[in-house]
Amino acid sequence: MPENKLKKIPVREQPPQERIKNFSEVCLGYNEDEAIAESKRCIQCGLCIKGCPVGIDIPKFIREIREKNYDGSIKTLKSFNSLPAVCGRVCPQEEQCQLPCPLGKKGDAIQIGKLERFSADQERSPGRNNVPDIIKNNIKTAVIGSGPAGLTCAGELARMGYSVTLFESLHKLGGVLRYGIPEFRLPDAILDFEIDYIKNLGTEIMTNVLVGKTITVEQLFRQGYKAIFIGTGAGLPSFLNAAGENLNNIFSANEFLTRSNLMQAYGSSRISDTPIIAEEPVAVIGGGNVAMDSARTARRLGAGEVNLVYRRTEKEMPAREEEIEHAREEGVRLVPLTLPVGFIGDSQGKVREMKCIRMQLSEPDSSGRASVIPVPDSDFTMPVRTVIVAIGQRPNPLLVRSLAGLKLGKHGTIETDENMMSSVPGIFAGGDIVTGAATVILAMGMAKKAALGMDRYIRSLSS
Amino acid sequence: MHKVLKNQPLAEKIFRMEVEAPLIPPNYRPGQFIIIMADSRSERIPLTIVETKGNAVILIYQVVGRSTEKLSSLKAGDPVYGIVGPLGHASEIKKFGKVVCIGGGVGTAVIYPEIRALKDAGNHITSIIGSRSGDLLILKKEIAGISDELFLTTDDGSQGEKGLVTMPLEKILIKEKTDLVIAIGPVIMMKAVSGLTKRYSVKTIVSLNPIMVDGTGMCGACRVIVDNQTKFACVDGPEFDAHLVDFDNLLLRSRQYQKQEKEAHPCRKIN
Ligand SMILES: Cc1cc2nc3c(=O)[nH]c(=O)nc-3n(C[C@H](O)[C@H](O)[C@H](O)COP(=O)(O)OP(=O)(O)OC[C@H]3O[C@@H](n4cnc5c(N)ncnc54)[C@H](O)[C@@H]3O)c2cc1C
Ligand SMILES: Cc1cc2nc3c(=O)[nH]c(=O)nc-3n(C[C@H](O)[C@H](O)[C@H](O)COP(=O)(O)OP(=O)(O)OC[C@H]3O[C@@H](n4cnc5c(N)ncnc54)[C@H](O)[C@@H]3O)c2cc1C
Ligand code: SF4
Ligand code: SF4
Ligand code: FES
Repeated sequence: MPENKLKKIPVREQPPQERIKNFSEVCLGYNEDEAIAESKRCIQCGLCIKGCPVGIDIPKFIREIREKNYDGSIKTLKSFNSLPAVCGRVCPQEEQCQLPCPLGKKGDAIQIGKLERFSADQERSPGRNNVPDIIKNNIKTAVIGSGPAGLTCAGELARMGYSVTLFESLHKLGGVLRYGIPEFRLPDAILDFEIDYIKNLGTEIMTNVLVGKTITVEQLFRQGYKAIFIGTGAGLPSFLNAAGENLNNIFSANEFLTRSNLMQAYGSSRISDTPIIAEEPVAVIGGGNVAMDSARTARRLGAGEVNLVYRRTEKEMPAREEEIEHAREEGVRLVPLTLPVGFIGDSQGKVREMKCIRMQLSEPDSSGRASVIPVPDSDFTMPVRTVIVAIGQRPNPLLVRSLAGLKLGKHGTIETDENMMSSVPGIFAGGDIVTGAATVILAMGMAKKAALGMDRYIRSLSS
Repeated sequence: MHKVLKNQPLAEKIFRMEVEAPLIPPNYRPGQFIIIMADSRSERIPLTIVETKGNAVILIYQVVGRSTEKLSSLKAGDPVYGIVGPLGHASEIKKFGKVVCIGGGVGTAVIYPEIRALKDAGNHITSIIGSRSGDLLILKKEIAGISDELFLTTDDGSQGEKGLVTMPLEKILIKEKTDLVIAIGPVIMMKAVSGLTKRYSVKTIVSLNPIMVDGTGMCGACRVIVDNQTKFACVDGPEFDAHLVDFDNLLLRSRQYQKQEKEAHPCRKIN
């Protein structure tokens, strides 16, 4: 343990040269000694709690690690957060729980995420997935979408005793955690473990059901579901609307990542029939987690040259710090202050060049974020063979548009009251479909609130 | 899991499959499709629902690559890993008047449910079905039974008129007023039909078959250019106004994975 209490215990990672040849997890996590050493740095002040969107009692779970009371620590975590193994890995901690930590003022904040992950991973050692005794009430509830919001809501309702049916349009559960976030950041095995817990609680799983098409919400109500949770996420990919955008080898990040993760195209063709293209040079457009995941996936698929093109500067990139750092270590080249405006193809209709203009920073916009304006006469072209567009996702309109009377926000999000109930009684919502593309932990927080709201609503029906 | 009830060849490389999918029939309408995965490693591929029967859907598909070949090897009683649907918008079915329905190759299977529905809605139906040769003409009897008139064309002249579906079509367009043309088949055929009907100013609908992944509007693999705008065929279509479709872009896009597909399936012929 370092003498200096202000310094974090470094976490072990796969070295960059090695990890770009595989899809195994980059971060190896703390071992017991490291976790205990890190937990001992915590001064138990509790300032971090307000930084966590679900208000986890962080000093308590850290204290329990220090006391080697791992059962206690996971219990503490799970009483606030049903997917700690996921959040410990993907939460933007530096902007949330770790931001208020006083140790961060002069040194390194406590690595709360890494400790949360350690605690959750202890639970995954055999025989620890305890399912509580549940008194069933046989009241039917439906959850639509199996991302973090849907999984959380289903878990909460099941624990309250409700009969829960979870509907998912894809053939596997997990939402973005399955099809978006790559194996090297969030292994499938971890997701599967969390999903098994939801299944063990007695949740009925219906994959390959696109609600709104296969079955409608009205039909669900008629079948006796008393309350319905919509957690369909923000899965609609945005494009640039630039000339030539429908050339071959230009993909949305959703398509690229779905082929790689959900369809397992990252493995060899022995594992999957689904093809994937990552011919170099690759240009990834965007600066968020989605862009980083795409760029790092492209590297692992063998593309030597991967450029990440972003219209602002690195400072404004919405991706987690750790992801940007990891991408850079893996040889992804950041090309800031650059805006793609068009694409040129070859005779086969395959993209060959990307037309860009340079940007410069100007006055902050109304949200306080630096805005950018074009540099006059700065246009240039970049050679590209693959382009991945990662400039954002909007709420999936398919289900919400099919529901009469549902009040929507201006970007197609569902408007809800303080109980997460929509304008249609009995229909609740949470996650990205309510906020627009946001974070895992926020989706879970809303889902938990919605489950409580559904419980209250159902009770009010019978009284 | 979905059980295969029947899977038999209709013609060379064209199969008809009956497979259990109990959730689909109640909400199905003509024009809609499913995404099917033969096994857990398969691609997700789109196939039109030809009809439903009890708790099963009936599919007619041509073996063109690895995924359709996998399907063709399944036998009655075998499981299919996943089926989701019905997807896409249903066809617009109402009384238009005189309708010409054109099916090319396996597209004949795709248009068949629509012909039936349009007939039931009181339209006068002229059907044109075309293929490379006579033994590949599918659903001839079924379509003859529900059409007021039927024309057959083959590339080699082994049955019907020798030539393309556009030949009888042009004769009809010259001879009589047509209210609507629907064409479903290879992109080249739909493009040719569209060019012809544009000259005669007859409204024309085509069903586009781009490469898809999810089929639910999430990936954009299926994007097509219609009226100079990007549309997702799986949720905005699959049927569009032919005169607004950029067929050349669709042709190029459907060849996107040609190299990979050849590697996966060296003996396949790419059209
Ligand atoms: C590539 C990528 C990386 C990200 N990285 C991070 C990160 O590091 N940290 C972080 O906190 N957040 C990250 N996010 C954001 C985070 O994943 C999302 O905010 C979160 O997943 C939202 O959860 P959700 O449950 O609302 O929706 P989703 O996870 O989108 O799940 C919605 C589910 O509903 C299903 N569905 C949709 N419509 C229907 C229907 N009609 N019927 C049935 N099912 C339907 C979808 O198939 C999907 O499975 C990332 C997002 C992406 C895309
Ligand atoms: C909405 C929709 C409905 C469809 N309905 C049917 C249907 O009812 N019956 C049916 O047989 N097919 C249908 N298709 C086409 C079918 O999905 C493809 O034939 C199938 O995905 C091929 O998969 P594969 O792995 O066997 O071939 P791959 O190895 O993926 O090879 C496909 C390649 O062959 C070419 N190709 C494949 N299919 C066709 C085609 N139909 N027309 C022209 N070129 C083609 C393309 O160049 C493509 O790159 C439909 C497609 C869509 C989008
Ligand atoms: S859930 Fe996320 S924000 Fe909350 S303590 Fe854990 S890592 Fe921090
Ligand atoms: S803010 Fe930091 S030091 Fe204080 S309790 Fe939280 S983790 Fe410990
Ligand atoms: S197939 Fe993915 S959006 Fe249409």
